[in-house]
Amino acid sequence: MHHFSKAQQTMLYRIVFAAVALIAAKLLPLQGVWAPLSYLLPYAVIGWDVLFRAIRNIANRQVFDENFLMALATVGAFSTNEYAEAVFVMLFYQIGELFQDYAVGKSRASIASLMDIRPDSANLEQADGSFRPVDPEEVAVGAVVIVKPGERVPLDGVVLEGHSALDTAALTGESVPRDVGPGDTCLSGCVNQSGLLRIRVTRPCSESTVSKILDLVENASEKKAASENFITRFARYYTPCVVVAAAALFLIPSALLTVLPQTPAFLAGTVWTDWLHRALLFLVISCPCALVISVPLSFFGGIGGASKCGILIKGSNYLEALAKAETVVFDKTGTLTKGTFTVTAIHPEGSFSPEQLLEYAALAEQFSDHPISVSLRSACPVVPEPGRVSGVEEIAGHGVCAAVDGRKVCVGNSRLMERQNVNWLPCELPGTLVHVTVDGFYAGHIVISDLPKDDARAAIADLKASGVHRTVMLTGDAEAVAKAVAAELGIDEYHAELLPSDKVDWTEKLLAGKSPKGKLAFVGDGINDAPVLTRADIGIAMGALGSDAAIEAADIVLMDDKPSKIATAMRISRKTVRIVRQNITLALVVKFGVLALGAFGLASMWAAVFADVGVAFLAILNATRCLHVAEFRREP
Amino acid sequence: MKKRFQLTNLDCANCAAKMETAIRKLDGVQSATVSFLTQKMTVEADEARFDEIMAEAVRICKKIEPDCVVHL
Repeated sequence: MHHFSKAQQTMLYRIVFAAVALIAAKLLPLQGVWAPLSYLLPYAVIGWDVLFRAIRNIANRQVFDENFLMALATVGAFSTNEYAEAVFVMLFYQIGELFQDYAVGKSRASIASLMDIRPDSANLEQADGSFRPVDPEEVAVGAVVIVKPGERVPLDGVVLEGHSALDTAALTGESVPRDVGPGDTCLSGCVNQSGLLRIRVTRPCSESTVSKILDLVENASEKKAASENFITRFARYYTPCVVVAAAALFLIPSALLTVLPQTPAFLAGTVWTDWLHRALLFLVISCPCALVISVPLSFFGGIGGASKCGILIKGSNYLEALAKAETVVFDKTGTLTKGTFTVTAIHPEGSFSPEQLLEYAALAEQFSDHPISVSLRSACPVVPEPGRVSGVEEIAGHGVCAAVDGRKVCVGNSRLMERQNVNWLPCELPGTLVHVTVDGFYAGHIVISDLPKDDARAAIADLKASGVHRTVMLTGDAEAVAKAVAAELGIDEYHAELLPSDKVDWTEKLLAGKSPKGKLAFVGDGINDAPVLTRADIGIAMGALGSDAAIEAADIVLMDDKPSKIATAMRISRKTVRIVRQNITLALVVKFGVLALGAFGLASMWAAVFADVGVAFLAILNATRCLHVAEFRREP
Repeated sequence: MKKRFQLTNLDCANCAAKMETAIRKLDGVQSATVSFLTQKMTVEADEARFDEIMAEAVRICKKIEPDCVVHL
């Protein structure tokens, strides 16, 4: 209970006092005018603020609000000599409000702690080399800040001095340390784990990565989901309708009772106060609060929770749409595959061993920066010694020729082989072939390919398990490569050798082919596929850490480049939407149930207050489950 | 122009929804949101008449929930 705020504490005392006074009034054997008067004390203690606000709102011509309705219901109960009930209802209402307030406060606090990644001070280096803590807002671009171990990087910048490992958990949701040294970019929000870093600030505070993320999450609640709009519309009509129904429920039977000489069957045994009582009960249930609070809270919680996992969702509408995704379209390179080349097979000819072939190729290519050369070198276990190589000659678009250990080695594509009039052998494996000749004779080839990411296969399987019917891969790569990757990852269909504009066309076709309610999500790296990201129902950009273009273009941004995060995002969205549905169902069933029972005089005032504040409290509790994403943060 | 304002003592979700609807109807307002959860109000309106529009928005908030304070 120690988490109660001051106002909540006061309310708690009022509740306890009123409860005691109510019991006393019930027990005291008071007669005549003293009986109702004894109930006035607890009523005043517990309900004065409700009455006050009700009167003030009437003065402001704001009727139909919760205070007015509660005041009317309880004053009405008093006037029909139901003193104890009037106090009970008010007491129960205030207890419900207190619980509700507490639950909302709690979830606000948890959301705030999710967002607590903003560094509040920066160690600004002074002219004399000392430093003093300042507000990050005050630090200009080009200034130098110092980040001590254990501190959060306050602003985006470039490391000038020092080596350290940065924990990116606040941005990506996973605490994988990232090694940085002089010249490397440092993003705000990361925590410096080991060494002292001197950083030159490259962006002002308002444009730093942390500010952008926070801005995005805060703005997300402005883009409302369809179910939120439904609730707003519903709330607008619900209260007036219930109030009109309450008036009718009181006036019509009362009028009939007075006018008709003989009471009809449905009025038999009732007097006008019974109908007033039923009408008051309607008023108690007429606030749509349970829905109005819990639905936005669920979405907010879902978005906040997702950001904790390194998934930024730019609006409740996208979160809701993602839960309905039935087609997921992927870009291949950099999304499903690593986007870097790796040696996947070595096929030597003649007397060469695989190791020898790779060593020759790596040595000949050792001075080249081409991605293929890099992959050859990184695959070769022998450290290439520059002394073993001489006379390197690069032939653009063909490959490299060099003297290695005195033998003439040529490494390159099929065009290089044709130039040398050497017969080369094709390969059954997909990928890029690097042919090698030694002293003019064909020595074999090395297969280099772009490998799928480690979690890509599991991510596709996960998506299918969570309701995606169709997975499609679009790529500019060769047919054979696409086919192999699609088969390996379990992707339903692929379209290869596409130009960027073809990707838009294919997305259009896929959009036309899906069911009207289903949604299409496109996943890309956000750099080359902005048009497709915008065209899809949900554009997902991955690997966006530090990439403004991707954050700009996409609806959902994955801060790291793991395809498994798409499945995580999907699970969070489905959970959120499920909770929203549960809350809407719970609130509507209970409210309309009690209304129906109340109309026939079968529901008590207790039930009515429960249908109002009790349901609101339960719905809020349920909505706070959206915030709990610990289960999604595990590595799949 | 789009600006965000902090609110205090916005204690009822339904009131927030009412404020939002009323502010959206103001002349010159392109979009408005009142968030009960973040206790924030975002208003996008004509730059030239922004102050005037905000004054009106504050009046609306006061009328719907007199305890609520808008920090301009």
